[in-house]
This record gives sequence, C-alpha cells and structure tokens, in this order.
Amino acid sequence: MSKETIQSLAEAEYKHGWVSNVDADQLPPGLSEDIVRAISAKKNEPEWLTEWRLKAYRHWLTMTEPEWQKPKYPKIDYQGIIYYSAPKKKPTVTSLNEVDPELLETFEKLGISLDEQKRLTGVAVDAVFDSVSVKTTFREELSKQGIIFCSFSEAVTDHPEIVRKHLGSVVPFTDNYFAALNSAVFSDGSFCYIPPGVRCPMELSTYFRINSAGTGQFERTLLIADEGAYVSYLEGCTAPQRDENQLHAAVVELVALKGAHIKYSTVQNWYPGDKDGKGGVFNFVTKRGLAHENAKVSWTQVETGSAITWKYPSCILRGDNSVGEFYSVAMTRDRQMADTGTKMIHIGRNTRSTIISKGISAGHGDQTYRGQVKILKGATGARNFSACDSLLLGDKCGAHTFPYIESQNSTAVIEHEASTSKISDEQVFFLRQRGLSEEDAVSMIVNGFCKDVLSELPMEFAVEAQKLLGLKLEGAVG
Amino acid sequence: MTKLLEIKDLHVSIGGTEIIHGIDLSIGAGEVHAIMGTNGSGKSTLTKAIAGHPDYEITRGDILLKGKSILADEPEDRARAGIFLAFQYPVEIPGVSNMYFLRAALNAQRKARGEAEVSGADFLALIKEKAKLMDIDAGLLNRSVNEGFSGGEKKRNEILQLAVLEPTLAVLDETDSGLDIDALKTVANGVNSLRDSKRSFLLVTHYQRLLNHIKPDFVHVLLDGRLVKSGGPELALELEEKGYAWLEQTV
Ligand SMILES: Nc1ncnc2c1ncn2[C@@H]1O[C@H](COP(=O)(O)OP(=O)(O)OP(=O)(O)O)[C@@H](O)[C@H]1O
Ligand SMILES: [Mg+2]
Repeated sequence: MSKETIQSLAEAEYKHGWVSNVDADQLPPGLSEDIVRAISAKKNEPEWLTEWRLKAYRHWLTMTEPEWQKPKYPKIDYQGIIYYSAPKKKPTVTSLNEVDPELLETFEKLGISLDEQKRLTGVAVDAVFDSVSVKTTFREELSKQGIIFCSFSEAVTDHPEIVRKHLGSVVPFTDNYFAALNSAVFSDGSFCYIPPGVRCPMELSTYFRINSAGTGQFERTLLIADEGAYVSYLEGCTAPQRDENQLHAAVVELVALKGAHIKYSTVQNWYPGDKDGKGGVFNFVTKRGLAHENAKVSWTQVETGSAITWKYPSCILRGDNSVGEFYSVAMTRDRQMADTGTKMIHIGRNTRSTIISKGISAGHGDQTYRGQVKILKGATGARNFSACDSLLLGDKCGAHTFPYIESQNSTAVIEHEASTSKISDEQVFFLRQRGLSEEDAVSMIVNGFCKDVLSELPMEFAVEAQKLLGLKLEGAVG
Repeated sequence: MTKLLEIKDLHVSIGGTEIIHGIDLSIGAGEVHAIMGTNGSGKSTLTKAIAGHPDYEITRGDILLKGKSILADEPEDRARAGIFLAFQYPVEIPGVSNMYFLRAALNAQRKARGEAEVSGADFLALIKEKAKLMDIDAGLLNRSVNEGFSGGEKKRNEILQLAVLEPTLAVLDETDSGLDIDALKTVANGVNSLRDSKRSFLLVTHYQRLLNHIKPDFVHVLLDGRLVKSGGPELALELEEKGYAWLEQTV
C-alpha cells in the first residue's frame, strides 16, 4: 500500500470530538467517604446502598492498582477526577420536550435521535450523559409485558428488591480494583429486567457519552433475564476530544436464569486520543454474565475507540448445559492499545463456550488477546472452541495472543486456533482494479475479516459497526 | 483516428529488475488482440503495468488510453476509465460475499462516471442474467469472493465480473488455463457476446484452442520482454505447430 494512503489514514479525525454546552451539576473533584456519601445523597439512595458503596470504597483503599496488563499508562490521579456530573436540567423528564435542547442536539449529532429512533427502528434507548441517564424511550410499551427498562437510579427507587438481590452478585466489589472503585462511586447506568418466559420484542440499547472535562464515567448496568426470557441489548459509547485522559470504569452484570438468553452487544467508540497518543479514554471495564441451567450469555463487542481498552467480558457457566459466547472485533491504530479477551468458566455439566476474536492493528496500534478457559472438576462434557485471528496493517503494529487453558476434568474438549495475517497487496490491488478506492478496498477486506463477529450483531447495528470500521480505517492503512 | 490503447516503447521493472524491455502495441476500438509467449516472458507483467499495479515501475515509455497517458492514474481510476484485468491467479477475499463485492465495484465505477447507483433489486436481476450467461451456479454468488472456488470457477468468476462491469478494454490473462472444454466454450461465448465495435480485448493465452472460439484480429508473440512478431490468426496456428524456438533465434 502506498505511503501516502497510510499517512492520510493515520490522520483521519475522530468524528465525535465536539463538546456540548450543557449545564452540569457537579461535585468537586476528589474521592473520600464524604464524596461517596454525597453521590449517594444526590441520588436519594436508601441506607443499604450507601453502606454498600462505603464498604466498596473501604475495600478499594486496601487494593493496589493492577499492573499485569500489557498497555502501560501514566498514573491516574484519583483525587483529580470529578466523580459526579449531571446535566442540570435533568429532573424528572417526562417528555422529550423537557430535555435540555443542547442535550438532544448532542444525541442527534451522535446519530441517535431519541424520537426518531423510537419511531423508526423500534429500538428502546436509554441515554447516559456523563454519569446520569437522561432519557429512556419506549418504557410504557415495554412495561405492558412486565419488562422493566430504566436508569439504574430509577431502579433503585422503584424496584429496590430486585436491585438489592442482584447488585454485586456477578461482579462483587471485591473483584478487582476498578470494579471496587465503580461500586463506590457509580452514578448511574441502565437496568433491565425481563420476566419469566418473555421475549423482549425490541432491541434495548444504551448510549453512553462522557462530556464534561475531568469527569470519569462509572456507570453500572444490571440486566436480569428471568427463566426462559430473552433479551438483546446494545450499548454504544462516544466521548469528546480532550487532551487529558478520561477514565471509564464501568461494571456490567448479566444474570441469565434457567433457560434464559441474554445477548449483549457493544459498539465502543470512545475518543482514542490523537495520533501521538495524547488524550483519550481509558476504558477499564468489568463485564460478566452468569448463566444458570440451560441459559445462554452471548457477548459481542466491536471495540474501535479508547486510548486503552482493557476488558474481558466473561461468562460463568454455572448451570448444566449453559452456553457462553464471545465474539469480538478490536481495532487499534495510531497509539491505541487494547488488552482484551474473555474468560469462560465452566462449572456445570455439558457447558459449552465459543470464542471468536478478531484483532486488527494499524499504525502503531498494539493488541493483546487474553482468553481464559477454565474447566472445573464438575464440568463433565464441557466443550470450548476458540479462534483468535489477528490482521496487521503495516509493520509498526503488533498483535499478541495469550490463551490460558486450565482443565480439571478429563472429559472436556478444548480447541484453540490462532492466526496472524497481513492484509495482502494483491487483495487490495484486485479490488482497486475493479474500481474501489484504496480505502474502500482495505475496509472491505477488514470487514470480511470480521464477518463472523459482525454477523452476530443485530442487523441495524451491524451496518453501523461496518461503517465505523470503515471510518476508523481512514488513513490507518500501512 | 486515436486508438483505444497505445503502448509506446514501454519498459517495466519489478524491484529494480527490468522485465519488459520496450514494447509498442496499439489496439483499436473493437479489436481483439492475442498475446502468446513462453513462461516468464513478461505477459502478466505487461497486463499489470496496464492496470497500474503499484509494484510495477514504468521506467520508460508511455501507455495511452484514448490518446491520454494513464501512467499517473491510480489503478481504480484506470478501472473506472474502462480498463478491466481478468487475473491469471484471482485472489480470495475471505468473508466478503461475491455479490456484495460486485455490486460495490459496479457502483464505485458508476459513481465515478456520474451515474446513479444500482439498487439492490436491479443488481440482483442483472447478476442473475450474467451468471446464467456464464453458467455460474447461484451458490457461488453468495460465497466469499473466490474462497474455496475451484481453479475453473475462479476463472469463470473473473469473466462474470467482466460481464457485469462492461469495460471498454478487457485484458484477460490466461483465463483459458485450467478450464475444462465445456467451460472454455462458455467463457468464449461470454466474451463473444460482449464483443462490439467499441469494446476491445487483449487476450493472453498459451493455447491456440481459445483462439478457435474467440477469433483474434491480431496475434503477437512476446519473448523475453519484447514483442518479436505480430500477425493474423494464422500466427497462432504456426506457433502451435512449431513452438517458440524458431522465433527466439530471430531475436
Ligand atoms: N515480484 C517480482 N519480483 C521479481 N521478479 C518477478 C516478479 N514478478 C515477476 N517476476 C519475473 O518477471 C518475469 C516475467 O513474469 P510474468 O509473470 O510476467 O511472466 P508470464 O509471461 O506471465 O509467464 P507465465 O506464462 O508463466 O504466466 C519472470 O521471470 C518472473 O519471475
Ligand atoms: Mg502470466
């Protein structure tokens, strides 16, 4: 490929880098028990939740920041972060007319017109701006079937018993450093409950956006599919272009009860920093799903943004015959780094898991796939299949694969495949000879490489993800 | 009248080694030219130079399309200007459906010419018709481009692309190699159906047999990077009979 194309691709700009002028209600920066209490108070939380946060905070104080990951980053100043920031005009929005127009414009720019989205695609949307959920669409329709889809804060107020039962049941605050931090300071997120036997009639989706300077985003998502229920859920993320790094430390907990199926998709496009690696979001997220008997948890992620992505959406296959799936596309360019993968913990009998990971590196992008497959003693008849493919664009990028396989049951069948390839000049030339521009040619090859993952996304988002990959490749080809 | 394609004193190098040592060739509108020659003589190199492969450096000479030099044009610009190359070794593009790829290619070309893009439904009708012409199984259309195709299927797929894209200059690099007898006839019929007074062909082949089906106006012999002899269809018959040795001596 030509040097110029590589150059131009490397200089393509982030398209969601603008800042909205929305009045924010903020707490001062810094972290202390008082701040934790203040967050809880701002949200009128019940005593038990305030206590839970404080326990998490105290536990966090005893922990040290992990350092085993491949991407290294400058020390985070936890006292410099604003832990609570909410758009001021928020209070109890009942119709879109009451939402701050500036905010609506923000979502329009993101390509999410809440109203349109509502009418045209039949997708229910929850929008989280900085730390607070601003609008959930379609709620009434969903509630007719007993489906609860609302912001996390509302769930705490309206359905405390469900929240209390499941909060921290999949990702306890003791789990890891960032999960503990999140548990102490999380300000909002999405909540969803699907009653037994109900198939959620539409895609549920949350759009996250970090707007204010100096804020971190610590949202929490809790999704519960009761026995035999089905839900497909999608989250999308963007952030403005800022010179400083912003921390995003979310926690997502999925509970799939007996025979339930949760499909969780992510299209992550946080600001990646500039081409020299200045600024960008640190995306340190803990995502885990618990599958009971005959249940299924499927993770699909398209990770194109963030300066550093560090996450392993995982499945705990506790029930017999439960199924875990992980489909991932991660793309890094310029100075972006990703250390991602999954964990599949087989506990029940005849549990099955599939891991398909596609990594694309361009420019100086660097990627690590880390996948753990753990078969416990009781997991008789467990099976896992993993395939990790890396595609390199240019010769300054890197890809590393670390499969960790641990089996305590001799009946388990584990298959692992890995490949690393380069995009071939002959493929690009072939497509250009047919009339496609060099960028379109590369984009087509990359999309083809990711097909097995993209095809797992809900239709409308697959198209979005394809476009996003195309945009991301602009100027990234070498 | 200006020729469709004019190649003037063309010298081509790959990685600093000169492969083509000065070729002159003119192709008029509607003409069919065949190029024959020994393995490694530079036939594919010539076709890739025409198509603008970035690894092939033109160190001297010129290539003109309708009187205008195309040397500065990118491969996609040449394609959009009507140059099509059927590859000797078509590459595979895993995960990209043949149909999707062809529609994207057609629309990229149409857009460049200021024409409207073809809708999904219209394209489906078009491709069905062309696939039938080339006797291509519908299953191949939905599979990834060339992935796991047999040698002959790949070649037929190239001609399907030719039929859909309808270029003004079609360069076919050994499209007949690896085809069974029936497939050869199908491909030849396909090519013949595309022949008209405006569309020209440059056929690279090792076998006179193809030329029984697609009658060329001119036959050229390429040896060691030079065109050593040109003539009518009878030259191909002569080569079939005598081989290349007698020509090598004339160099
Ligand atoms: N990338 C390359 N680097 C170096 N030499 C090359 C390269 N590509 C082709 N060549 C050489 O150029 C010469 C011409 O090759 P070309 O493929 O044009 O031959 P051809 O006439 O098409 O042969 P065939 O009939 O076998 O297809 C050969 O000697 C070949 O080895
Ligand atoms: Mg050849």
